[in-house]
Amino acid sequence: MKSAEEILAAIKTALPEAGVELVPNPSPSAQHSLRLDPAHALAVASFLRNDPELALDYCSNATGVDWPGKEITEKVKVTKVVDGVETIVEETVKRVQAGYLEAVYHLYSMKHAHREIAGPVVLRMRTVNRTDQVELPSLTPVWRSAEFQEREIFDLFGIVFTGHPDLRRILMWDGFEDHPMRRDYVDPDDFEYEPTPHDEVLKRAEQHKANTGVTA
Amino acid sequence: MAVEPDLKIELGKQGVFVTTISEIYNWGRKNSVWPMQFGLACCAIEMIATTMARYDLARFGAEVFRPSPRQADLMIISGTITKKMAPQVVRLYNQMAEPKYVIAMGACAISGGPFKQGYNVLKGIDRYIPVDVHIPGCPPRPEALIHAFMTLQARIDAQPLTGGDRPRHLDADAQGLFPVPEQGAHDLEPPVNRLVWPLPAPSTSGKPTGSCE
Repeated sequence: MKSAEEILAAIKTALPEAGVELVPNPSPSAQHSLRLDPAHALAVASFLRNDPELALDYCSNATGVDWPGKEITEKVKVTKVVDGVETIVEETVKRVQAGYLEAVYHLYSMKHAHREIAGPVVLRMRTVNRTDQVELPSLTPVWRSAEFQEREIFDLFGIVFTGHPDLRRILMWDGFEDHPMRRDYVDPDDFEYEPTPHDEVLKRAEQHKANTGVTA
Repeated sequence: MAVEPDLKIELGKQGVFVTTISEIYNWGRKNSVWPMQFGLACCAIEMIATTMARYDLARFGAEVFRPSPRQADLMIISGTITKKMAPQVVRLYNQMAEPKYVIAMGACAISGGPFKQGYNVLKGIDRYIPVDVHIPGCPPRPEALIHAFMTLQARIDAQPLTGGDRPRHLDADAQGLFPVPEQGAHDLEPPVNRLVWPLPAPSTSGKPTGSCE
């Protein structure tokens, strides 16, 4: 199997207009992934599947990742004129990095499986934000196996896949409104008696006590 | 009025068989408790093993697993009850004819088990329906299920047919239907049936209070 860099070069040769970039993985596994531009994702996915050299015909896994927005505090060196003398002053700058949702696909090739197996080819797509612009193109038309897993991502993370043949909730019921795998999900206060509450459970017990006024 | 055991044996030696209506009635009931063919998770595998030749639950009168709640007397809650499944479990229980019994099998069925703090698992089926016998274990061995079944048989045998402790099907005023929870926007509504499950007060000190509200 080709490395992520080689696949990236192949995509750039075949589809020069598609925005694809390498997301490096600094860990020892070095499982780099390819981040697709949602506008061209379907074209790139079809290329990856149909290209005889790559023939990535099997999507083994699709999952979601939630990246909440975070406030980053940075120390920036700024030149300022203090008392008529130009000096370098360190200033603390806070900026808010917008969060986004991510869909991750793992691809293998059944056709070339007899060669070496060097892990999956990882595709990523990111939404614009976490609230209203959460559409991504569905890759189910390319890999049929993504159908239920995209439904699961829709259910648990709230990514809306455009072009999906049957986008409904799959694990939670239809009337359910939350997305439980999002980092800011607050589960209902249905705490019940625990013989030895500790850590997170103790916090929930105390919260429940404060909410309901039940004294124990 | 019960017959004294010694007198019964003595009369039996003389060829006289003495019994009471409740004895005959409960003897018949306890030896033909038919469970419903209904499994939820991995505990169901142990339940299936219990019915097979090695453990053979049929020896105790649980002869056939009925695929319809209308023909079943016993509901074995074998496995995790998700919040998506809970309304269907209560609905099946409502569809069973009286007298009906429930065995909650395994850690998940009695308390939510390892998934207790999760967003999608019910913290025990006894929030919505009355449970007669609880079996701990993850999953319980077939012997544990047989023991629970024998416990249930002993309970049926000891039930008086009149008075305050009489079974629900002999009490015209007893509640027969249990409210089926609705699947709401964030959780099941109501999250618990207070008539069945008076919630023990939560303890934050680390010591069990052991008292009910």
